[in-house]
Amino acid sequence: MAAVNVQTTPTASRALAARDQGLRPGEQLLLGMAGLGVFFGLWSLLAVLGWVPARFLPAPWSVAQTFVALLQEPFAGHVLPTHVASSIGRFLLGWALAVAVGVPLGLLMGWFRWLDEIVSPLFDALRFIPPIAWVPFAVLWFGTGPLGPTLVIFAGAFPPCVINAYRGARLADRRLVEAALTLGARPRHILLEVLLPACLPSLVAGLRISAGLGWQSLVGAELIIVSSGVGYLIVQAQSNLATAVVLSGMIAIGLVGFVLDTILRGVERRVVRGWGRT
Amino acid sequence: MSGIVYQGVSREFRRGNRSIRVLDDFNLEVADREFVALVGPSGCGKTTLLRLAAGLDFPTGGRVLVGGRPVSGPGPDRAVVFQQFALFPWKTARENIAFGLRCRGVPAAERERRVAHYLKLMGLEGAEDAYPHQLSGGMQQRVAIARSYILDPDVLLMDEPFGALDAQTRILMQEELIKLSRVNPRTVLFITHSADEAVYLADRVVVLSQPPARIKAIIDVKSVRQREGWEGQPIEAVMDTEAFNHCRTQIWRLLREQLEQPAVPVDGQSSSRAEEAAPLSKEVDYA
Repeated sequence: MAAVNVQTTPTASRALAARDQGLRPGEQLLLGMAGLGVFFGLWSLLAVLGWVPARFLPAPWSVAQTFVALLQEPFAGHVLPTHVASSIGRFLLGWALAVAVGVPLGLLMGWFRWLDEIVSPLFDALRFIPPIAWVPFAVLWFGTGPLGPTLVIFAGAFPPCVINAYRGARLADRRLVEAALTLGARPRHILLEVLLPACLPSLVAGLRISAGLGWQSLVGAELIIVSSGVGYLIVQAQSNLATAVVLSGMIAIGLVGFVLDTILRGVERRVVRGWGRT
Repeated sequence: MSGIVYQGVSREFRRGNRSIRVLDDFNLEVADREFVALVGPSGCGKTTLLRLAAGLDFPTGGRVLVGGRPVSGPGPDRAVVFQQFALFPWKTARENIAFGLRCRGVPAAERERRVAHYLKLMGLEGAEDAYPHQLSGGMQQRVAIARSYILDPDVLLMDEPFGALDAQTRILMQEELIKLSRVNPRTVLFITHSADEAVYLADRVVVLSQPPARIKAIIDVKSVRQREGWEGQPIEAVMDTEAFNHCRTQIWRLLREQLEQPAVPVDGQSSSRAEEAAPLSKEVDYA
């Protein structure tokens, strides 16, 4: 058995060392392209060989065709860009609301123990309810108005805002506050120059996670009676058995999510670097 | 006049519904411009004593006076140097050092002049625009000391300031501290675990007991230093002398006695409980 150990350990350490070493940018790009290539290759193969009928899984090229067509020809009342735009608008409203309420609440919970004790039990139960479960109430309370989808997106984006702001405030180094006090800092210095910067990395990470979850909740939100949006497009395409349109909608959701995440990741990186914690 | 006076000071910490007495009727006077080192077992209340003088903590009984006035909070007459430096990670060395002056509304030109002076004095030229994480431990502590010194405090409260440094850096920093305190002597309360450091730096070394802290002995190093002519000598020259060894051994013996003594239960609690209740681990609202 000893021989086995002797063999496995160096292999594991080699793998670890290779992981630490990292990749050159060229290699990184190559591997990423390879992953995509294998995915689309398999998909094309399935379509060409006819193992899966086109009405269950349309071929990549017909999806691409549909996608391009949707840019000009309206489906479910609008062209794809209009659907995307109205989805983004709804998302921004819900997300902004979640940030505006969630971040201050999280920070206050982190700083005031009593508020933490009051809110935590309720919050810890509520946050496990999937955003889509709020759909019936969103319809009941807000009907077909714009607030219905907003509520569902809010339900998805709110918990990470609270949790990360809370964590940031809790983890803010107490000694830094004390150091600032002994250096003659007034409350405004403490707030702006110590507590806020201390929370910021965690806060920005929270914004990114909450944007992702909010955007994901969107389809659920758009199941509610609305007459535009990518979720609405997908639901309409589903009832028409237009699978290529469904996939085009999914791709649009994925692309927008990817762009959103890339932007926020950039902001996050900048904040973390500026804070000297790379 | 800026001595520190502890008059019958008590401090109890609440842990759940138990209370732990870290200080009980503690008395000590640190004279104006005197350098006093506190040594004692871990968790004996040294840090609490320092925090009381800093105005970061408050006694449950008795009084703490600095410069004849009861301490009511942190003040410009006192500066604290923490063991873990407590530099602002998002500020450069220069910004860290300037922070206190900015809080006090010192004009920019005057601020820059004074920061430049301290950067030079502490050997931080070339590191002005580095962030703390880019600096070595020794450099970080220089920044922390400069950040305190620049405010020209009457009282310097140092909580194991060199405890996190490697042995070589530590010795250099000790010599620098001595040099600085020659340029401009101040009242210093200095916590350390090192008997060597205490003897090399302090005028008096106060040896404390297990909690609740009592003064077990006070060693007058100043008279020995003057008699032996240690003033201005590098640390290796001083450490080699018989008088230094005698002082150090004496402190070690007293410390060992404290360590070997079974901890006195306080309010039914063992001393390890008291350590647990060290104020830094306490949760407090930043209200």
